[in-house]
Amino acid sequence: MSKTYDKYYVPEQSPWPIVGAVALFMIAFGAGNFVNEVTRNKEGYGGYLLLAGVAVLLFMLVGWFRNVIDESMHGLYSQQMDRSFRQGMSWFIFSEVMFFAAFFGALFYARMIAMPWLDGASNNAMTAQLLWPDFSAHWPMTKTPGGTETTAMPWQGLPLYNTLILLTSSVTLHFAHVGLEQGKRLQLKLMLTLTVLLGVAFLACQAYEYVHAYRDLGLKLDSGIYGNTFFLLTGFHGMHVTLGAIFLLVILLRILLKNHFTAHNHFAFQAAAWYWHFVDVVWLCLFVFVYVL
Amino acid sequence: MSTVTHDHDTAHHGEHHHHAPSGLKRWLYTTNHKDIGTLYLLFALTMFFIGGAMAMVIRAELFQPGLQLVQADFFNQMTTVHGLIMVFGAVMPAFTGLANWLIPMMIGAPDMALPRMNNWSFWILPFAFAILLASLFMEGGGPGFGWTFYAPLSTKYSGDSTALFVFSVHIMGISSIMGAINVIVTIFNLRAPGMTWMKMPLFVWTWLITAFLLIAVMPVLAGTVTMVLTDKYFGTSFFDAAGGGDPVLFQHIFWFFGHPEVYIMILPAFGIVSSIVPTFARKPLFGYASMVYATSSIALLSFLVWAHHMFTTGMPVFAELFFMYCTMLIAVPTGVKVFNWVATMWKGAMTFEVPMMFALAFIVLFTIGGFSGLMLAITPADFQYHDTYFVVAHFHYVLVTGAIFSIIAAAYYWLPKWTGHMYDETLGQWHFWCSLISVNMLFFPMHFVGLAGMPRRIPDYALQFADFNAFISIGGFAFGLSQLLFVWVLVKCIKGGEKATDQVWEGAEGLEWTLSSPPPYHSFTTPPEVK
Repeated sequence: MSKTYDKYYVPEQSPWPIVGAVALFMIAFGAGNFVNEVTRNKEGYGGYLLLAGVAVLLFMLVGWFRNVIDESMHGLYSQQMDRSFRQGMSWFIFSEVMFFAAFFGALFYARMIAMPWLDGASNNAMTAQLLWPDFSAHWPMTKTPGGTETTAMPWQGLPLYNTLILLTSSVTLHFAHVGLEQGKRLQLKLMLTLTVLLGVAFLACQAYEYVHAYRDLGLKLDSGIYGNTFFLLTGFHGMHVTLGAIFLLVILLRILLKNHFTAHNHFAFQAAAWYWHFVDVVWLCLFVFVYVL
Repeated sequence: MSTVTHDHDTAHHGEHHHHAPSGLKRWLYTTNHKDIGTLYLLFALTMFFIGGAMAMVIRAELFQPGLQLVQADFFNQMTTVHGLIMVFGAVMPAFTGLANWLIPMMIGAPDMALPRMNNWSFWILPFAFAILLASLFMEGGGPGFGWTFYAPLSTKYSGDSTALFVFSVHIMGISSIMGAINVIVTIFNLRAPGMTWMKMPLFVWTWLITAFLLIAVMPVLAGTVTMVLTDKYFGTSFFDAAGGGDPVLFQHIFWFFGHPEVYIMILPAFGIVSSIVPTFARKPLFGYASMVYATSSIALLSFLVWAHHMFTTGMPVFAELFFMYCTMLIAVPTGVKVFNWVATMWKGAMTFEVPMMFALAFIVLFTIGGFSGLMLAITPADFQYHDTYFVVAHFHYVLVTGAIFSIIAAAYYWLPKWTGHMYDETLGQWHFWCSLISVNMLFFPMHFVGLAGMPRRIPDYALQFADFNAFISIGGFAFGLSQLLFVWVLVKCIKGGEKATDQVWEGAEGLEWTLSSPPPYHSFTTPPEVK
């Protein structure tokens, strides 16, 4: 990559970061109270504060991004600035990878180490016999040492369809990108719309799967370590798909309504695409380790 | 290391339409790396005193055996919040403040790469700590499960403030991750022409590696607190054997974050000492390249040693041995560093101004902390040391006389550059000697009481430890009071004093010393040429 040393754009003062900090404060303080209120059936303002915080955060994001888009449209950004954004986004995605790594780590530890130990593996024979005589190690853990029973979610059917949906969406997104780079705006618009729709379809299937799990399978968040890892991993992934879909939707609206982005200047498109491919890869790991194996 | 050939106008104040903002807005809306650096440093100093006040409560209670001043519950909250504040509120923000001030000036950049995000990273922190401190006043009190919040203490046996603790840690993590992204991107992308990787000042190198560690492990901490939250409030059993989980799993995930975190708090210190020692020895740093490789290997090894914190809590012998040997391996690159600092001073034309004194104290006392760390790394020996005051002595040697001494050294070293005034050398020397004597009174005897079996985190103790503890507490109060001298020096220096030259120190090298003292609002609007 060729180095260019144009004048690096340093924005003047901006009100958005402090608004964002206040929003995070409201979210954290609100959520901290809300969790207590919900689980203890108490009256309180936590939920409202949380919602207000989310609203302020959205307001901040809109305002901040509008500034950035304006600056970009006015040609204030050099190639060097573009690299800053790209590198920043890559490292952000790396941090997300590590977030999921914590939960995958918990899953692997529970399956490979904790579960056999509970059944007496290693030097735990006596402990298992005294504490959990009825427990036998088997994954998915449909019966916990404490006796909670549940049913495993099969990978055939809905999860498989969801895998296909998400993989297809990554392909359509790629063709949208190709369309953007080759100036084929119609291809870009169609493929990007298709990607967003596939994302929404995925989320709808996922929501239905949760209903199915709770209603028909008795698989719940508190059904022992299998239910815990199942819902936290798929839940956080679902949240990321939601964010990614919103991100792509905003990009789509910018293309449809304002005709933004050119073949050479489309960092925001690329960032959204990277994010989408990332959630796709996470899903593949999920599908293999949570559903199939 | 690097010399500047480009003649730039140091008095140039950026764009002409840019009027320096003033008042509250300047600090709330700022995108300037120097302003944000100042904010970080002032915030860290405030937190240092709040966390320090909690340490005074702890030491006052431990002055005598028996319960005198506080309830046991409150004592637990003090040890917990003291730890959280010092780690996340004092040491880490202080280093980030130094990074903000120094990295752009050291690599010849106009500012940090993402200036608005920089502001956001900072302003999250006061709110996060407001939440944490507010939880102390809640019904049932604040978090009292130790800064390590082991399950089931934090899940089954914790109070209602746990949710606030969890969410405040979440937003602290967001702040750290954004700060780290900014540092990495700045270093990758904004170096002046000619500033190749192996010409970068070591402070920049160590921060680059630290930032990588931050991005790798802060999300893991976020995952850990999330599992604590769901275990406590939503019926999951990640850390509960009855549901198929394991409390030891908590420790694994926590220390996978926690051990790199320890290096996050010491690697920038290595960078600071590597800047100060050559200046006052008037010799270039011995073994620059080996310093870079040593720092990198410490960072890589930090991902392979986490379970040395849990030798006594249940692991197969194979794992115990693996983590013991990996931990001992870290002594090698650390030894390289200490050797290089000493070799830098060998036959140097040394002078002993305050920054150098703190840096020298760092080298000696951090090494003591490193040696007690090696003792703790020996699995069978650790069975005796685990959870005693020996551990407390160990990590306070590396964190107080290590990290904090390096931060104080850095403050004295770059203060004339930041303010344009020399600090009061006599007062500074008083500050140094008072700190040095009292900090050793405070922490050195902890080795003895620890080896004799005094457990940590307990408000009461057996009678035979009484004399040592009274002595330790006196050291503690003296160390706390000595830091007031530091504030006095800072205030005096900010308000006025002898005018500092641009280079400030005779032996100082690097781009930041080519700027005026104080430097212009925008350091390098056009990048300097580095040969």
